[in-house]
Amino acid sequence: MRVHLSVLKLRMNIGMQYRTAALAGVATQFFWGFITIMVFEAFYEHASTTPPISLKELITYIWLQQAFLVFITMWFRDNELFDLITSGNIAYELCRPCELYGFWYAKLLAQRLSSAFLRCFPILIISFFLPKPYNMTMPPSFLAFLLFLCALILGLLLLVSISMFLYISVFVTLSPMGSLLVFSVLGEFFAGLIIPVPLMPEWLQIAANVLPFRWTADFPFRVYSGHISQHDAIIGIIIQLIYLLGLIWLGRAALNKVLRKVVVQGG
Amino acid sequence: MGIYFKYLWIHFKSQMEYRTSFWLLSMGQFFIPFTVFAGLYFLFEQFGQIRGWKFFEVALCFGIIHMAFALSECFARGFDAFSSLVRNGEFDRLLVRPRTTFIQVLGSKFEFTRFGRLLQSAVVLVWALTNLDIEWSVVKAVTLLLMMVSGIFIFTGIYILAATLCFWTIEGLEVVNIFTDGGREMAQYPLNIYQKWVTRFFTFVIPFGTVNYLPLFYILGKNSGNEIYYMLIPLAGSLFILPCLLVWQFGVKHYRSTGS
Amino acid sequence: MIHLQGISKSFKIAKRQSGFRQAAKSLFYREHTIVDALKEISFSINPGEIVGYIGPNGAGKSTTIKIMSGILVPDTGSCSIMGFTPWKDRVQYVQNIGVVFGQRSQLWWDVPVIDSFELLKDIYKVPQQEYQTSIELLIETLELQNILYSPVRQLSLGQRMRCEIAASLLHNPKILFLDEPTIGLDAASKIAVRQFIKTINKEKGVTVILTTHDMNDIEALADRVILIGKGSLLYDGQLEELRKQFGSQKTITADFRKNAKPIDIQGATVLSRSPEQVVLSIDTEQVNTSEIITQLSNNLELIDVSIEAQPIEETILKLYKEYQI
Repeated sequence: MRVHLSVLKLRMNIGMQYRTAALAGVATQFFWGFITIMVFEAFYEHASTTPPISLKELITYIWLQQAFLVFITMWFRDNELFDLITSGNIAYELCRPCELYGFWYAKLLAQRLSSAFLRCFPILIISFFLPKPYNMTMPPSFLAFLLFLCALILGLLLLVSISMFLYISVFVTLSPMGSLLVFSVLGEFFAGLIIPVPLMPEWLQIAANVLPFRWTADFPFRVYSGHISQHDAIIGIIIQLIYLLGLIWLGRAALNKVLRKVVVQGG
Repeated sequence: MGIYFKYLWIHFKSQMEYRTSFWLLSMGQFFIPFTVFAGLYFLFEQFGQIRGWKFFEVALCFGIIHMAFALSECFARGFDAFSSLVRNGEFDRLLVRPRTTFIQVLGSKFEFTRFGRLLQSAVVLVWALTNLDIEWSVVKAVTLLLMMVSGIFIFTGIYILAATLCFWTIEGLEVVNIFTDGGREMAQYPLNIYQKWVTRFFTFVIPFGTVNYLPLFYILGKNSGNEIYYMLIPLAGSLFILPCLLVWQFGVKHYRSTGS
Repeated sequence: MIHLQGISKSFKIAKRQSGFRQAAKSLFYREHTIVDALKEISFSINPGEIVGYIGPNGAGKSTTIKIMSGILVPDTGSCSIMGFTPWKDRVQYVQNIGVVFGQRSQLWWDVPVIDSFELLKDIYKVPQQEYQTSIELLIETLELQNILYSPVRQLSLGQRMRCEIAASLLHNPKILFLDEPTIGLDAASKIAVRQFIKTINKEKGVTVILTTHDMNDIEALADRVILIGKGSLLYDGQLEELRKQFGSQKTITADFRKNAKPIDIQGATVLSRSPEQVVLSIDTEQVNTSEIITQLSNNLELIDVSIEAQPIEETILKLYKEYQI
């Protein structure tokens, strides 16, 4: 745990040094948030039927997306971890096959956490102070907020367990990246990044609910705004846990299977 | 100019060395804007229209902008990736060759895999055009073409500006994505759906409007007026690249007096 | 041919802070220090010379090379190379120079070497006839026949360096700047590269300016040495003179019939002594080698004598010490 804390601190140090990069990143995300909200504003103006989610709830949804973007993106766009693993350090890591899943999991988790830390606070704080109607709003109750935190953390853990499959695939089996790009884009789509899940047509929403992707982002965000009732939220959290445990179990099995093959082939 | 095609040829040969990777990345490049378009389609299914614009009208807008973006990504990739050129000292190598820095940076990269996005936008464009009721004329067709070409110039201009930034700092360049990726995401809708100040900024400062709603009104027959005037609007937008080139020259001068 | 007069250049370097508090401060402003990279550098080089341009790291070598190759603009001073001011008439000027950066490649990575050569031919607008003659000569002298059609990424470092040098000479430049050309090469490749440079200099009269940390390159190639340290020109003279001044130390190893008598030779320091061998160090500025050997043969039954000159690294180290850099 201490290792991860110091890694976090180091990363924040480095983050601070690249002051322009930090500012630029936040600025970019604000821009994206704004455009998305403005487009929805325009859609909502003359909506023919009452939309399944109110504009206010949608706005919190979008700002939460931007603040916690790193909890959604499958293919971790920060190249650091990518370079670290491809640069050959993997050779050292393969020497400890038993704990490898846990070790990598912790590393990915730390990466995402430290990256989220730098970005989420400025975005969230500033978005609260934006002029109406663009501003972020508080959750309807304290309980909703607690449920949101719980769902968010589980969502992060779930996301990391999903992205473990990506990394196992690339770095152990060395499969080509193009196909994984497609997989990650699909994952992001079903997490509601391109079109919020409640606005999808019925048939697509069913698919989204079955797949694990929306449980990392769409679900916690709607718990926050109250769009998902507290009762449904608790059921949802249980579903998150089920997915999480299932994916971790599958992930470990897959990794062991693949590693055995690699070891047999002589690495 | 001929030297540019020689550069293209060597990049083509380079990328053909990695054939499977090429096809897979191209597929990915097709798929990403495809999901964005799918999102657009579903949103229209939900809402029906956006501030007066119907689905196929917006699809036309989408197709044009994405095509311009895809083409500029192909051509100006050298400027997009310029930060690595400066960081590893390769730009010095360019200064030691008897050609302008502009053509050398332009020729330093050309990613053929971006054709995936190009294909996707072409499909959208054709679909939109076949489903729209447009009274075609030569002028309208030329305008459409000019919209695309000007879009390329605008995006390329932004890439050049971004690359020039690299002479001062290689940090924080992410900001430029606001205008390239962000500009594309924004301009895929007709710009007048946004607040007035947004529309104004992106018509007069970074002239996306000249390849977006202004000539679009004309092509869709929603406006009447001097035909030639509408044809010239995108041309005016393409002039955007000229100040960008001047800024580039200034940047090169700065680099050569302060080192890296 | 090459004339530098009073060239000076300084850089502003931003200070990077360590520690969390400092880093947060740097979010708002940055401090700068000014570094004088070059101070009034002046020298002239005649056509056909091979000059070794040496100095410790950070001395200003690469800054000078960048100015001479037109990349960098100096703050003050003038520079005239073949009648051009390198940074002013860049495009016309660089047509006449070739540059090899030892650690960076100018070839396109994934395509066969010959494709890179052809593209360079077009970039430098070399007429087909001239290109044909050049490339045939280069292929022959650098032995590129077997690697010409391989992609650069598949070549060993030695092979790649030979291709780099060939690439820099395709357009028949009159001046060749070499920055660490033998770095990382195995012994055979180093010798091949040095041999080639000597040949090209002799037969085509190409002026060569060589910066390197491998002093054996200097020894093998350079007639003249220019030393730069902390931005100032410290030494400019022939290699021979340099040797005489700083490289006068010689080591004499003498093998002889077993003799346990103490050996005391005037003017020589005994480095090691065994019943059958003695190693002496002498300063040729002060004593004559033959005198020492005569003394040795007077006292011992000599079987074999070998004389080693001071290794060039030591000479250069002495030179650096002299100028306190």
